[in-house]
Amino acid sequence: MAIELKMPALSPTMEEGTLTRWLVKEGDPIKAGEILAEIETDKAIMEFEAVDEGVITKILIPEGSENVKVGTAIAYLGTDANDVTLDGASAETKAEESIPVAPPAKTEAAAVEEAATPSLSKVINSAPEIPEGTEFFQQTLREALRDAMAEEMRRDDRVFVMGEEVAEYQGAYKVTQGLLQEFGARRVVDTPISEYGFSGIGVGAAMEGLRPVIEFMTMNFSMQAIDHIINSAAKTHYMSGGQVRCPIVFRGPNGAAPRVGAQHTQNFGPWYAAVPGLVVLAPYDAIDAKGLLKAAIRSDDPVVFLECELLYGKTFDVPKMDDFVLPIGKARIIREGKDVTIVSYSIGVSFALTAAEALAKEGIDAEVIDLRTLRPLDKETILQSLAKTNRIVTVEDGWPVCSISSEIAAIAMEEGFDNLDAPVLRVTNADTPTPYAENLEKKGLVNPEAIIEAVRKVCYRK
Amino acid sequence: MAKATQDSNRPHKADVGSAIPNHDLPPIPGRYHADREELLEFYRRMLMIRRFEERCGQLYGLGLIAGFCHLYIGQEAVAVGLQAALQPGRDSVITGYREHGHMLAYGIDPKIVMAELTGRASGISHGKGGSMHMFSTEHKFFGGNGIVGAQVPLGAGLAFAHKYRNDGGCSAAYFGDGSANQGQVYEAYNMAALWKLPVIFVIENNGYAMGTSIQRANAHTALSERGAGFGIPALVVDGMDVLEVRGAATVAVDWVQAGKGPIILEMKTYRYRGHSMSDPARYRSREEVNDMKENHDPLDNLKKDLFAAGIPEAELVKLDEDIRQQVKEAADFAEKAPLPADEELYTNILVGKY
Ligand SMILES: Cc1ncc(C[n+]2csc(CCOP(=O)(O)OP(=O)(O)O)c2C)c(N)n1
Ligand SMILES: [Mg+2]
Repeated sequence: MAIELKMPALSPTMEEGTLTRWLVKEGDPIKAGEILAEIETDKAIMEFEAVDEGVITKILIPEGSENVKVGTAIAYLGTDANDVTLDGASAETKAEESIPVAPPAKTEAAAVEEAATPSLSKVINSAPEIPEGTEFFQQTLREALRDAMAEEMRRDDRVFVMGEEVAEYQGAYKVTQGLLQEFGARRVVDTPISEYGFSGIGVGAAMEGLRPVIEFMTMNFSMQAIDHIINSAAKTHYMSGGQVRCPIVFRGPNGAAPRVGAQHTQNFGPWYAAVPGLVVLAPYDAIDAKGLLKAAIRSDDPVVFLECELLYGKTFDVPKMDDFVLPIGKARIIREGKDVTIVSYSIGVSFALTAAEALAKEGIDAEVIDLRTLRPLDKETILQSLAKTNRIVTVEDGWPVCSISSEIAAIAMEEGFDNLDAPVLRVTNADTPTPYAENLEKKGLVNPEAIIEAVRKVCYRK
Repeated sequence: MAKATQDSNRPHKADVGSAIPNHDLPPIPGRYHADREELLEFYRRMLMIRRFEERCGQLYGLGLIAGFCHLYIGQEAVAVGLQAALQPGRDSVITGYREHGHMLAYGIDPKIVMAELTGRASGISHGKGGSMHMFSTEHKFFGGNGIVGAQVPLGAGLAFAHKYRNDGGCSAAYFGDGSANQGQVYEAYNMAALWKLPVIFVIENNGYAMGTSIQRANAHTALSERGAGFGIPALVVDGMDVLEVRGAATVAVDWVQAGKGPIILEMKTYRYRGHSMSDPARYRSREEVNDMKENHDPLDNLKKDLFAAGIPEAELVKLDEDIRQQVKEAADFAEKAPLPADEELYTNILVGKY
């Protein structure tokens, strides 16, 4: 009458993991709460605790196994050492301790992540900054960000990283993994939970000539520090008549995150992009993340650098170059098309690309622009594309009101009016705080279907 | 004078934190004398939290609970002991995201707490809040806050309202050792003291803020002493002993209700599980965790008093069975209860129609 122990989901985005180590062996009696195994996800190594007492009668997945899917049976827990048979009937009667046999339904996060990395033939990876014939290699967004910081830290001693859990813990989202080991505690600084304080300290250090990279565990917590970002960092150069510079980067995950509720899911792109004196970057893939983070660190201005948690673990092609820096303020045409322009940034680009593939099957050839920089906006690329397609749909993982989408609509009206064959349509998240319930959250988030519908509308199809 | 607590997170007896020149100090609290019924009630509530949270961990592993989920296991005595001294419906409470226990300490139906965790319409926040955002106006429980430190000025604001209305109520604002490093905490301390607000600042010092130990984040680790600069007295309390907590709570409530302004309770406690479900737990030793579980467990501590009061082991076993059954029912309910209706996405944003 043994029950199956299953590979648990241990983080909001976990789908599979490595069973790094068993701390028990077959025949061991265990108590509730005892640690059975260590499981590693792309985010962290975690401990798997026993919920019930019993005896480990069989280990099904040996230690060291990689890519073990959540819900896979990994061991049997019996009442005594000889108890190795699974009994359906007893599972019924002992329902309290038993674990349902079906693997958990695919989470919202998984669905979003899936949509986030469409397999696309038409994505354009070439750029003037990447010489012809450059080799590409595969890297996760998380690794690309880490490498960008590490490379800049190697070339410039003024660069240091500061934030909560960035050093010893290796980053709450593992983005700063390995930096402490390479650069030491002088340059990789763990802070208390004092966002307002350490942002101010960062700005002060920047004014005095250092190049801080301030990590917010998530951008939601940058609200604690927004005064220093706007009143101290963004305005000082201006107020001092150009004397004082503030070369600082504020970075962290922004926007979509799965099932974490209203206070932990919001996009601050439009907020920061409204502020003169700031540069705001929001890359989608690992190429841009790497090239733009390096550019941000080298910039003499304060930069808000917005990342996407859902994309951290995704693999992209990255050019093999010693020093790959991209220009700030230039959008990227990530897919060429002639019938409609879809403008987006960050994770919205993935939804736009998915929609574009589907639209191609209907005979609509969509051009997808990844803004990459939210301030200053690359109007020229948008307007040139508009002149070609005569239609714009914007896609934004964020609220609709006073958004980047609103700004693009205004630019199209003011400077591209004669080229518009249809009104600009905005596809955004719902104009509500983010709910926790799975169905409500899904309903409120931007998605490829909504984009497809909007494109059909501006193309006057159906 | 404060006990030398700087570098030890070990629980110890309640003590007056700091002597503040020219200020009154609260009396040194004693361990609460509970009668048989009270003892059982404390045990029941703590055990409910323990079993409830264990089940949460399980449901999380199965994907039924998502997002961030912070368990209260190990800290049960704090919420149970403190809230037993408050009057639900009169006094108000606010805390952070690790709040399932505070709701259950008030005897709120575990079904609707669990249903919130699974994001169902019958959840206490109708599925819209989730693990970190639960509220009960009926109990004057104001959440459920995801922003570290924000609950401290909010808690002072609750007290402001009590004083303003002169309704005899007070508030308790719980926050962690890590949260104690947010600047707004000290702005709130100052104003609460300046205006003599009836607020109890309850620091749940479990020794860690995510992966950062108190020693690595706090220049001076005696958090109880941080009120002295504002003239706020403090008690250092063994937060693993519900009767110590209950004793200190009486002193604190009496103090704030006498119009003497705020008081700080530094509860020395410990969380057994990771910070949230996705915590690597590499920052502390297994020996340390096991020592707390084996030698300082709040349930085991109370058992000694229960036995001394002549309550037989069998009665506790029976109680555990009852609670397991209730938790199982709550989990079944939370799994089967319907999701919120789609229209709910757009409700409760504003009260008025414009
Ligand atoms: C303003 C803000 N910064 C950071 C976080 C991320 N965060 C959530 S909990 C936590 C640790 C808090 O530790 P502590 O106050 O000791 O409470 P405990 O978790 O131990 O109960 C951190 C850094 C947050 N939620 N809000
Ligand atoms: Mg803590």
